[in-house]
Amino acid sequence: MKKLKIGDLEKLREKVRKTAVLREGKARAKITVHMGTCGIAAGAREIMSALLNEIDKKKVQDIIVTTSGCAGLCSREPMATVEIHGTPPVKYVDLTKDKVKRILSDHVLKGSIVTEYALALGSERTH
Amino acid sequence: MEDLSLHILDIVENSIEAGARRIKIMVDEDIVHNRLVLKVTDNGHGMDQKSLAKALDPFYTTKKVRRVGLGLSLLAQAAKEADGDFSIKSARGKGTEVVARFVYDHIDRRPLGKIADTVLALIIPVRDVNIDFVYEHRVNGRIFSLDTKSIKKELAGVEISHPAVVRHIRKEIRKKLKELRRSVR
Repeated sequence: MKKLKIGDLEKLREKVRKTAVLREGKARAKITVHMGTCGIAAGAREIMSALLNEIDKKKVQDIIVTTSGCAGLCSREPMATVEIHGTPPVKYVDLTKDKVKRILSDHVLKGSIVTEYALALGSERTH
Repeated sequence: MEDLSLHILDIVENSIEAGARRIKIMVDEDIVHNRLVLKVTDNGHGMDQKSLAKALDPFYTTKKVRRVGLGLSLLAQAAKEADGDFSIKSARGKGTEVVARFVYDHIDRRPLGKIADTVLALIIPVRDVNIDFVYEHRVNGRIFSLDTKSIKKELAGVEISHPAVVRHIRKEIRKKLKELRRSVR
């Protein structure tokens, strides 16, 4: 029996090539969604989907989205780390879809950190 | 974990941590025989017998950041609740295979959930490394299959994580799964 597969990739490829500036060189930002057991159970996948949707809606192409494992702060999940090229990473905690939208538009696109959603600066050193 | 697609995401996390470069996810909905099987196979570094024996202990983990593991034991529990079973095979240097079986129409069998979102969360570069995923979904023997290696080849330089590609893949997975299910009725 014939397997069903993802179709129309060639058509899509040509369309993307025509309309998009390919991501060359350094991306403007990298967003890491934490996907450990704790993160997933707390809703990290929904956060990831919301993030991908927002990036798609805003038509920005130079943002890298990636995932990482548990960061050891399970009680503050879902978490994401935003790194704007050339500035220190910022960890955001207790995320919701709405918070993600604001972080994307304020921090990632306009460069102003959403301090009320951030964990704390330099928290990695307190054990 | 609310649904089985979240468990899959979680189990695959172990494969990624184990340095796997190719991970296969299989979902088999055999409604005729009232069976649901989830299988995750990877080519990561695997476990020796000692680690394998402890893998289902919720308080065992190789992580440095926290002291409990949980992931595998939660899936084993979900299978048990739905009158199913769970098995894990692994060999050092070879990889690992995790299988969870469920009674399909068991009242405590958790729903599959948003499997397309799980697949999408995986096909974007994880830990900055490109890992290839095979996702095969069967409904009564009919198959939908996705292989990121061949998708990347077809995209020929356009990134798989490009927003337009992500949107397209999400739409296609949903459409094709619907098609699989439609043929059942």
